[in-house]
Order: sequence, then C-alpha cells, then structure tokens
Amino acid sequence: MSPDYEIVIGLEVHAELKTQTKIFCSCSTAFGAEPNTQTCPICAGFPGALPVLNRQVVDLAIRAGLALHCEIPAMCKFDRKNYFYPDLPHGYQVSQFDFPVCKQGYLDIDIEGQKKRVGVTRAHMEEDAGKLVHQGDITTTPFSLVDLNRSGVALLEIVSEPDMRSAQEARAYLEKLRSMLLFAGVSDCKMQEGSLRCDANVSVRPFGQQEFGTRCEIKNLNSFRALERAIEYEAKRHMEALEDGTELFQETRTWDEEKQMTRSMRSKEEAHDYRYFPEPDLPPLFISREWVDEVRAALPEMPEQAQQRLMEVYGLPEYDAALLTLTPETLDFFDRCVQEYPDAKTIANWMMGEFSRLLNQTNQEIGDSHLTPDHLVQMLRLVDDGTISGKIAKTVLEDMFNSGQSPQEIIKAKGLVQISDADTLLPLIEDIVGANPKVVEDYKSGKGKAMGFFVGQIMKATKGQANPALVNELLKKVLDSIQ
Amino acid sequence: MELYELTVHELQELLAGGITSSAEIVKSVLARIDAVEDQVKSFITVTREQALDKARQVDAQGSYQGLAGIPMGLKDNICTRGVKTTCASRMLADFIPPYESTVSRRLDQQGSVLVGKLNMDEFAMGSSTENSAFFATRNPWDLTKVPGGSSGGSAAAVAAGQIPFSLGSDTGGSIRQPAAYCGVVGMKPTYGRVSRWGVVAYASSLDQVGVLSKDVRDNAMIMQIIAGHDPLDSNCVDLAVPDYVAGLDGSVRGMRIAYPREYFGVGVNESVRDLVMQALKKYQELGAIVEEASLPHSEYALPAYYLLGPAEASANLACFDGVRFGCRDNTAENVVDMFSGTRDHGFGDEVKRRIMLGTFALSSGYYDAYYLNALKVRRLIANDFTKVFNDYDIIIAPTTPTTAFGLGEQRGDLLTIYMNDVLTVPVNMAGLPGISIPCGFTGGLPVGMQIIGKAFDEATVYKAAYAFEQNTDFHTIKPQLGVR
Ligand SMILES: [Zn+2]
Repeated sequence: MSPDYEIVIGLEVHAELKTQTKIFCSCSTAFGAEPNTQTCPICAGFPGALPVLNRQVVDLAIRAGLALHCEIPAMCKFDRKNYFYPDLPHGYQVSQFDFPVCKQGYLDIDIEGQKKRVGVTRAHMEEDAGKLVHQGDITTTPFSLVDLNRSGVALLEIVSEPDMRSAQEARAYLEKLRSMLLFAGVSDCKMQEGSLRCDANVSVRPFGQQEFGTRCEIKNLNSFRALERAIEYEAKRHMEALEDGTELFQETRTWDEEKQMTRSMRSKEEAHDYRYFPEPDLPPLFISREWVDEVRAALPEMPEQAQQRLMEVYGLPEYDAALLTLTPETLDFFDRCVQEYPDAKTIANWMMGEFSRLLNQTNQEIGDSHLTPDHLVQMLRLVDDGTISGKIAKTVLEDMFNSGQSPQEIIKAKGLVQISDADTLLPLIEDIVGANPKVVEDYKSGKGKAMGFFVGQIMKATKGQANPALVNELLKKVLDSIQ
Repeated sequence: MELYELTVHELQELLAGGITSSAEIVKSVLARIDAVEDQVKSFITVTREQALDKARQVDAQGSYQGLAGIPMGLKDNICTRGVKTTCASRMLADFIPPYESTVSRRLDQQGSVLVGKLNMDEFAMGSSTENSAFFATRNPWDLTKVPGGSSGGSAAAVAAGQIPFSLGSDTGGSIRQPAAYCGVVGMKPTYGRVSRWGVVAYASSLDQVGVLSKDVRDNAMIMQIIAGHDPLDSNCVDLAVPDYVAGLDGSVRGMRIAYPREYFGVGVNESVRDLVMQALKKYQELGAIVEEASLPHSEYALPAYYLLGPAEASANLACFDGVRFGCRDNTAENVVDMFSGTRDHGFGDEVKRRIMLGTFALSSGYYDAYYLNALKVRRLIANDFTKVFNDYDIIIAPTTPTTAFGLGEQRGDLLTIYMNDVLTVPVNMAGLPGISIPCGFTGGLPVGMQIIGKAFDEATVYKAAYAFEQNTDFHTIKPQLGVR
C-alpha cells in the first residue's frame, strides 16, 4: 500500500441472536429445516397479524451491549424500514432507527503488541429477511423460490466508528467482536451459516487530510479472509483513482469471491429512500436499570478477564493466554484439563500445537472434534509415567482426535506401549551394532552422526516404541564395550 | 314483531324463556337478508349453511349463555378462519385467512353465530362505501343515499334489520359516521381497549374495532365481550374492563358535559346543529351541567390525519406484493413488474391515492415538514382534549356536519368527501372513546350525536348515551324498506 495514503474503515456487523424463537413470533429459529416449515402469519407478513417482541432478544441485545462496553439507554424504539423485495414479507423491515438499544461502546484490539481502541457507534435489534433461490440474476431468472424460515430471526446490527486504518485492523476488530459475542453467549457467530455477516465501509484519503474520502460500502464478506482481501482490493482501487485523478463514486459494491475483486451493485443515486418511521404496532421499549443490572450480573467471564486469570493463576505467557481465550470452547477445554492435570504449560503446548494443527487441517472448531479434555489428560499422564513416549503421544492424539477412543484403548489396540525393558532391547541393539561395523568405526573416530543412525535403526525396529532414554543408555554401553 | 327486528337483549330473553331457538332467529335474519339485500347490498359474503349449522349446535346444548345463538355480522377486514375476508378489494377477492381475529374469536366463543361479512370502503379508506371494489351499499333510509363509511355495510345491515349487531373498524370515524348516517348506535373504544389482532390494518396507530347495534344496551354488552387485554396486540392495554351494562342506570344528574364551539361552526348543517343543541337541552333537563368549551386545534386534525393515516397505510399495504397471497399479476416478465402489476390491478383509486400520499409524506426531505409536523399536531389535539377533560366528564358534538349524501354525489370531490370525517378524526388522533347515537331526523334522514369520553372511560360514555336513549325514542324508529 502506498505510504502517501491512509485507509479509513468502518464495519457494520450483523450477528444472529441465539434465541429459540423469532423476534416477533414464536416460530423456531433452528437452522436447516425444510423451506417454509418455520413460518406463521406474523413472520410471513399476512394481513392482520401483529408483532409481539420476544423479551429474550432484548436480554441478549443488552448482554451484547454490556460486552461491547455500550451505554443502554432507558428508552429505545422500533421503526419500519420500507423497501420492496420478495424475501421481505411485510414490504418493510422492523429495525431501530434513531433510538437503538445500545450506543457508544468500544472494543480494544491488539495490533502487533499495540493496543488500539475501536469505537462502537451503536447496536440495534432488527428482524432478518427470508431467502430467495433463483437462477442467476433476480431480474432475468424464470422464477424464484421464497423460503421464509429465516424471516423474523432476530439480528443485532453492530456499527463501528470509522476507526480502523488497515485490513489487518479490520480483521482484528471482527475477530475480537466475534470472540466477545461468543463469550457473552449472544450469537453462534458462524460466518459460513450466515449467523455473522459483515459489511465494510472503505475510503482512502491523503495522510493528514481531515475530511474522509469517497466512501464505498462492500457487501458479501463471508470470511475473515474475504474481509481482508476486499479491503485491500478496494483501497488499492481508490488509491489508483486518486493517483490518476479519476472520479470515485459513493456506492454499494459486492465482493466477488471467485474473481477476488469488488464490483458495483448500486450507486448513491439509486440508493433506497427507506422512509423510516416509528413502528406503530410496537410501543416504545423502556429498559429499567434493574433489568440492565440483572443482565450484567448474569454476564459470563469475558475474554479479557479470562486471559488475566490464565496469566495470574497458571502463570501462562500472555501469548498462550490470548490464544486459549479466543473462543469459549477453547477456554472451557483448557479449564477442564487444568482441573485434572497440574502442568498448565504442557496442556497449553499440546492445545496450541498438535491439537490446533489437527483442527486447522480438518477445518473444525474445537467443539466438533472427538478429542475430550479427559482423554488429553489421560494421555499426558501416560507420557509422564513412561507408558508412551512423546513421539508416540502425537500418534495417539491424532487417533483420539479422529476416533474418540481413549488413549489406553488406542495403545492397547495398536500395541504402542513403550519398551522400557533392557532385556528386550539389549539383544536387538547388539544385533544392529554387530551388523554395522563401518558405522561403529565412524563412532569411534568421533563422528556424531553415527549415534543418530543407530538410534534411528533401533526405533525403526521397535516401531518407535523403544524408550529413547533407555536406548541411549544401552547403546552407549554396547558401543563403548567394543574395543 | 319479527325476530329480525329485535335487539340482542330482546332475543336473549326469548331464548332464555324457551320461546324461540337460535335456528329460528338465524332463519329470520337470513330471510330478511334475502328480502332486502337487493336494495341495501350490505353483505359481501353470507355464511348461510355455516350459520345454520352453528345455530343448531347451540340449540342442541339446551341452554343459552352469553351471546349463544345470537347472529352477528363482521366488517370484511376482520379475519375469519376459513371464511373469505376481502377488505372489499380485488387484491383479496379470494383470500381465506388461516387465522381468526381476537374479536371474532371472543364472540364465537360466546356462542354468537356468524351470518356474513359486510361491505366497506376498500381497506377502510373512504366515507361512503362507494370505494368497495365490488359494489356500493345503500342507505336503508333512502336508497339513493350512501350509508357512510368505511363500515357502511356494518351500519346499513343493522339499520335494515339484516343483523342484530355487527363489528366495524374506526380509523377516522369509520364506525361513528356510518352509524350516524344509518341511525344506529356505533362505538369506537379507546385506542388500546380492543385487540387489533386479525384486523387488516389501515393506520395501525389509529385503528380500533367497535360495535354497531340497535341500542346502547346491546352495544355496551358486546363491547364488554370484545374489550380487554390480548397478548397478541402489543398496544392492547392490560386494564380491567368495567361492567358497562351494570353502569347503565339512566341518570346523568351532576354529569359535566362540554360542547366544543369548534364543532358547531361553519360547515355544520343548521338542522344537524339544532338537533344536537336540543339534545344538550335534554341533558340539562335530566340534571347534567352543560357548558361550552374549546378544542382550539380541531381545524388541524383533518390535514394531519391525512398525512399520518396514509403514511402508516403506505407501509401496512406494502405486504400486498403478489408473492404470498392475494392476487398476482402473472403476465409480468420480472419481479418488479409483478409487484407493480399486482398492485396496479389489485388496488382501487382511493387506496393508490393514499399510498402515494403516505409515501410522499415519509420521503427523505419531506418527512420533517409532513410526518413530523403531523405528529406534533396530534399531540396538540390530545392536549386540547386533556384540558377540557380536567373540567368535564364527557364532550358532546355532532357526529357529522351533514346527513347522508347522495350516491355518486361527492365522487371525485375529495375535499368534500374528506370533510365528512372532520368531527370524528380528532377523537382518533387523541385515541379517545366516542359513540354516535341517533338524536333526531331531518329530511327523513337520521342525525347522529357524538359523545366523547376520557381515555378508557367507555363506561361514562355508555351511561350518558343510555340516559339520552331512555328519554327519547329516536332509536325505535326504523327505515321502511319495500319488501320484495
Ligand atoms: Zn412466525
């Protein structure tokens, strides 16, 4: 990126709130049901049906607001946002316009060891629309199918200040936001399933300039990677335009994942006039301080507190503590291990090393894998008492990860118990040494590699099960006894 | 006397005394519909077989509690499960709701028998029922006159003896104005008193369901049943409903009555004014204190109403897009054309006019000047009423400036049409209860008197209306329809 320009980024994030029922009716919010099986006159926009606010939505919105250090005003209200679209049953979306449920919060993000504070302008409750299935573009498709299962699912739209200055910062903000929402238990935040969606507002200006540059809104950012790529692409496009003196237009653009580029959806002139006005079917919502206090008291441990605890109670380095508090599931896994096994650092090493590698490799979340804290602890104990070597332990872990079997079962089934019996190992070592006089000579002449060759051969012969310390000890003894 | 001529409480006595049966009553009502419907044209749907079935079921139970066996008619914007609910619009000409409104469910549970769905101005927009997409309803007192609107079918059917009582809805006068034109009793309760669940919305912050009946006692009794908290309508207030009928003691002694000078001024027909003044005199004779008062912002109510109502309507009617129910333009080549084709074909002129008006009033750049100012006017109007109610128990005024006008007479003359609501709209803007009761005749047409009460004080309104009715006989005079 050019050093002469500054990128300015603000994010609008839609998080699906984790409620059993929709925001204004009692239809289920379960994901993946048959189309139009979770609908009723209210969420299908039938005439005469009226919305009734789901209190649980407000609870979760307040909880999210507190997690994002927001103010919860004593009064908020709902408004209608008017536009026609076949997936929008009422012809308007019930949202919050000028009096949102949360305002003026912040999130602290970590950029290469530097703490940076990003403002949260507001967060408001709204209903989701349905889903359309059509061939190609909606204006040319022969027909469209409408699924209203998602219509009326509760969303929280969280709007940041334009405080971010790089794609990296934007990603860090979104990751932090996701972590906060996960810890607060307000959303599943699954980007692939659409329960966390992100739009980015991007503009570019010469360093030192006060006014913002022309702003473009980018939609369809379905992953952290897409967010970063799209911002980088868009910023580059703006810089080039500024360099060339071509005009930029305020517009809405979409991220094309296939072509790895943004393209125009609609310009400012075509922008909707949403004609917001107060939702007359819902009275203003008054949130008492007692209600807020109640939610605050029930707020679970948040990542910053947990990180602090891991450093203070278990003496973990900041880096480890940060990684172990990325999601509630990770922290929970660690907490359950450390209750049974005293060496926190060893647990952390295995979680951040081998376990994390396997998760990445298989594209799984910690909760999806078969590995349980109990099994990991049992495995660590087997290493400690010499039943298996550290090297074998990696194999055992992978097996536990894939099959969910206990380490004992795996060791037994595969015969992986460490050979720590000198009577078994000694004849084997003597055979191998005897068969390689040339290497013995090398050893005698002081070549370090020779020792390694013998250890390797012994391990190969025992399928890695020989106790390495014992092998070293016996091997030395055998070699030294040769004159 | 034929059964169809009786009031609800008279029918209840006959049923309780074992003198008649619900089936007899329903047959009498159906025969009356057959006899005069050609002239009055108040029904969009008659649920003949269903009504007879239910009547026989009720009769089989042997005893008659509540409204058991009493026929009812519902304005056709009140959703009835399994029975066509059209809102008098091409858009919903074949719409059969899969759900029931709270008001009709409560009446049904009380044993009342649905006989049919009543004509109205399309989506409750109008003051003459001429905006029905199907046909115009006629005034039983003079078949060349309109019955008023938008609940014109509900009022005409009660006046013509086609049904002992009906429900209507009132957004700016749509119960009281047709009640006045047809010489029946029509009550719009306080906003939030009656559930709106299942009632197709025109303007959500103004709409209320109410009762049209032959006398005040019937009205109070039916209101008692439909009023009260409903968790399905977030604006429906959780407040105990007093026993309205028990409060009908015929006395207004010591009651403080205000008559606002703005409601007797220019535009109000002289004989209408005289009849209401005579009624006020009657109240004085009965021991009430009657004084002039002022509601100074009244003249701004109508223009503000014609911004707020249409603004809400523009969103409320956006669900009619042809996607999920109602009519659809199947000739359209793409989705945008389907939307506009459906709405162009499905909506009538007045509905389109109000949608455009409301869309404009909410548009960016005009919102503050129109919508927001209208909201401020609404507040001022409510304050006017609050001030008067500091000193008075009820307010009395004419319901309408004139008697029923001729069919087709005001067609196209929008401002004149809108003036029909000038005396009823402020009551909706303030969310107050208001009743229209007959207070005399001029030129062979009935005149309505409006009694306005404090919020949630329907009891006092009924009490005052009943006292007047007990001391006059206007409610006993019936239109003479030539029977085929
Ligand atoms: Zn639903």
